[in-house]
Amino acid sequence: MKKVKIYVTLKESILDPQGSAVQGSLQKIGYGEVSDVRIGKYLEVTIEDTDRDIDTIVKEMCEKVLTNTVIEKYRYEVEEA
Amino acid sequence: MKFAVLVFPGSNCDIDMFHAIKDELGEEVEYVWHTATSLDGFDGALVPGGFSYGDYLRCGAMANQSNIMSALKEFAAQGKPVLGVCNGFQILTEAGLLPGALIRNKNLKFMCRTVQLKVENNRTLFTNGYEEGEVINIPIAHGEGNYYCDDETLASLQANNQIVFTYEGENPNGSLADIAGIINKEGNVLGMMPHPERAANEIVGGADGLKLFKSIVKQWREQHVNN
Repeated sequence: MKKVKIYVTLKESILDPQGSAVQGSLQKIGYGEVSDVRIGKYLEVTIEDTDRDIDTIVKEMCEKVLTNTVIEKYRYEVEEA
Repeated sequence: MKFAVLVFPGSNCDIDMFHAIKDELGEEVEYVWHTATSLDGFDGALVPGGFSYGDYLRCGAMANQSNIMSALKEFAAQGKPVLGVCNGFQILTEAGLLPGALIRNKNLKFMCRTVQLKVENNRTLFTNGYEEGEVINIPIAHGEGNYYCDDETLASLQANNQIVFTYEGENPNGSLADIAGIINKEGNVLGMMPHPERAANEIVGGADGLKLFKSIVKQWREQHVNN
């Protein structure tokens, strides 16, 4: 079995009002050094041993369902589970 | 003319849509549950607003995996009218039937009010009953209606007159180029954040939305009914 850790983030060109609000809060409570906050998603997908190529199926899942490539990008790590 | 109102778990404007068609427009309408695999026998498909699948993952992402979506894509490819409102618009962009995406409102607020829309293009099957440049009052109710697409897509939308409605005056959600509704290149799939089905009778504060449904029927009758 493999555990796939997938990180989904907004593309740089996409405004992240949620991140901006959190940045404002952090600055307000004394962390003036914080120059940017971007909020994304983290998914853990456990995959049974398979003959299919794991990179192929993870990329397919990311592009078909897990991300919207118009606004998001992703990266992932594969670990033994 | 017979309409289908698609229903997903979490749809909540399906009954308003059904009512607008049946009681205000006076046409045939049926609910179609998301597990159905065919839209045979229907002349138009309406994808209503709501929070399909609780907006899990992204608005419209789960609904796009439903059985009915293959049938809807085929229906759209046949040139039949498809209207997506609010969450329905989000579903149509997730499905790739319309370009771009709807993201979080710029001010992070759920905006629920009546807004003014400008009819930018009245040469569509959805807007032939409006005047070009006409300003209409239609309610919005969304937290993620901020339309986004890349520069190339925007240029293409503009060049092909695919921007059908824009917000007039105040832009409630930060959407690119004040976009409130767009149509596909073929002209038979319209997505919009405002709710025309909630403006179908003066008794609820306005009937500007009813003209949109009347436009669809008018075009359909001209094509299908022999006088």
